[in-house]
Amino acid sequence: MTEEIIIAGFGGQGVLSMGKILAYSGIMQDQEVSWMPSYGPEMRGGTANVTVIISDERISSPVLHKFDTAIILNQQSLDKFEEGVKPGGTLLYDPNGITRPPMRKDINIYRIEGARLAAENGNPKIFNMIIMGGFLKVKPIVKVENVEKGLQKSLPERHHKLIPMNIDAIRIGMANVETENRL
Amino acid sequence: MKGNEVIAEAAIRCGCDGYFGYPITPQSEVMETLMLRKPWEETGMVVLQAESEVAAINMVYGAAACGKKVMTSSSSPGISLKQEGITYLAGAELPCLVVDVVRGGPGLGTIQPAQSDYFQATKGGGHGDYHLIVLAPASVQEMNDFVDLGFELAFKYRNPAMILSDGVIGQMMEKVELSPYKPRWTDEEIEKISGSWALRGKKNRKRNIVTSLELDSYGQEKFNLKLQAKYREIEAKEVRYEEIACEDADYVLVAYGSSARICQKTVKLAREQGIKLGLFRPITLYPFPTEAITKLAGRVKGMLSVEMSAGQMVYDVRLAVNGKVKVEHYGRLGGVIHAPEEVLEGFKSAFGL
Repeated sequence: MTEEIIIAGFGGQGVLSMGKILAYSGIMQDQEVSWMPSYGPEMRGGTANVTVIISDERISSPVLHKFDTAIILNQQSLDKFEEGVKPGGTLLYDPNGITRPPMRKDINIYRIEGARLAAENGNPKIFNMIIMGGFLKVKPIVKVENVEKGLQKSLPERHHKLIPMNIDAIRIGMANVETENRL
Repeated sequence: MKGNEVIAEAAIRCGCDGYFGYPITPQSEVMETLMLRKPWEETGMVVLQAESEVAAINMVYGAAACGKKVMTSSSSPGISLKQEGITYLAGAELPCLVVDVVRGGPGLGTIQPAQSDYFQATKGGGHGDYHLIVLAPASVQEMNDFVDLGFELAFKYRNPAMILSDGVIGQMMEKVELSPYKPRWTDEEIEKISGSWALRGKKNRKRNIVTSLELDSYGQEKFNLKLQAKYREIEAKEVRYEEIACEDADYVLVAYGSSARICQKTVKLAREQGIKLGLFRPITLYPFPTEAITKLAGRVKGMLSVEMSAGQMVYDVRLAVNGKVKVEHYGRLGGVIHAPEEVLEGFKSAFGL
C-alpha cells in the first residue's frame, strides 16, 4: 500500500500539523512516511500545502505532481491541485469559501463542512481534525487509535489533555462526510 | 524529524565541540534546534550565533586550529560569504564540517530548494587548488549519518568536509534512527589525535604553527603537491555511490540528493512503461565516482544527469563517460522542483523515445 496525499489550504488552518499527525500515525503502525511542506515567506492567511506519503515500502520521491488523495481547504488550492488527482483518486474538500466546486468526473469527490462543524462545536481549532476524520472515513489508511498514539508522540506532554477533544473532532468528521461523486 | 533538526541532533550526539552559525532559510532549524536542545548544559558543546557568516567561519577556523570538532551550517548566499574562510581552512589543513542546505541562486535568489551550487562545492568555491570532501545526503537518515562520517573523514585527511544538502532534504520529515551518543573528546584524546599540528599550548614539545601562508613559492609548490597527493588518496579510497536497478538498464539517470529521490520514482514509472531505466546515485560528489560511471557507460545506451540546476554535475558525468555514450542533462531551475513525471518526459525527449 502506498498513499500519496496533498493537503492544501490557508496558513493557520492547521494544514502542516494535520499532515504531521497523519505521518506520525503512519509511523505508529510501522509504515514508512514522508512529510514535505511548501515552505516560504507565507504566514497566516497565505497558502500552505504539504505532501504526505504513507507506504509499506521505502519511499522514493517526497515531491509529487500526481496524488492518490487531495485534501483541499480553499479555492486557490482547488484550482491548483484538482487536476493533480490521479484518475480514480480521491478529492476531499471543505465547501466553505469555494466558489467553483470541483468538476472532474473521473475521481471520487467528497465534501466535508469542516469550518461550519468546528464553529458549531464552539472551537475553530479542531477544524483540521474534523477534516482528518472525513479523510479517514473515506480512506481508512490509519486507525484512529494510531492517530491517538501519533498525537501523543507529536504533541508536548503539556498538551496531552487536548487529545480527547481532537479524537472527538475526528469522530465528528467521520460522521459528517458527504459523497458528491463516487466512481 | 526534519532533516535540519537531525543535523543538530546528530552534531550533539557525535560529540561535536562547537557550532558557529548565522541564520538563513532554508536551514535556520539547525541552529534553532541546537538552541532549544541547549547542548552546553548536556555535553558542554558551544552553540554560538555569530554576527555574520564571515565571523562564523572564522570562529570555526579558530576552534579547528585547536583540534576541536567544530562545524557551521548555512545556505547558498551564506556559503558564498564563507568561501574565504573555507579556502583558508583547506590551506591550513584544518578539519571541520560545513553544512550547505542549498537554495536557488544566483545572488540572493530564492529560498526554495536547488542544486545549483555543485560547482561551488566540488570545484573549490574559494581560491586556490583545493577540494572539500563533499557528501550528498538523499534522506533524513543520511543527514544523521553524514554528520559523523563528515567529521571522521575531515579528521582522517585534515581537510574540511561539506554536507551538500538542499531545501527538500532540509525541510522534509521522515523516520530516522539517531546515532548513539559519543562523548566529546577529552584533552588527552585531542592530544593523541591532533597533537602533532593543533595549537594547544606547546608545553615541552616543538611549537605547532597553523597557517595557510608561505611566501617562498617553491615551498608553496611543495605544499600544493602534498595537498594533491592527499586528494589522490581521497579519490582512491573514499568514493561512495549507490546503484538502483542498473543491472539490466538500457539507460541510466545520474542524480544526487533530493533529485536522486525523485528519480527513484521516475525509474519505477519508466519500468511500468517497459523502459529499462536505472539510477546511479553519487553519494560522495568529491571524490566523484568516476570509475564506476566509466564502467556503467560500457553497458548502457545513454545517461541523463538530473539536477535542479542548468547542468553542473553533467560535466563530471561526461568526463567519466568520455564520449562512449550520449550524456544529456535535465533539470528545473531557480527553486522549482522537478516531479518524477517531468523527469521521465525530459528523459524520453533527450533520447528520442
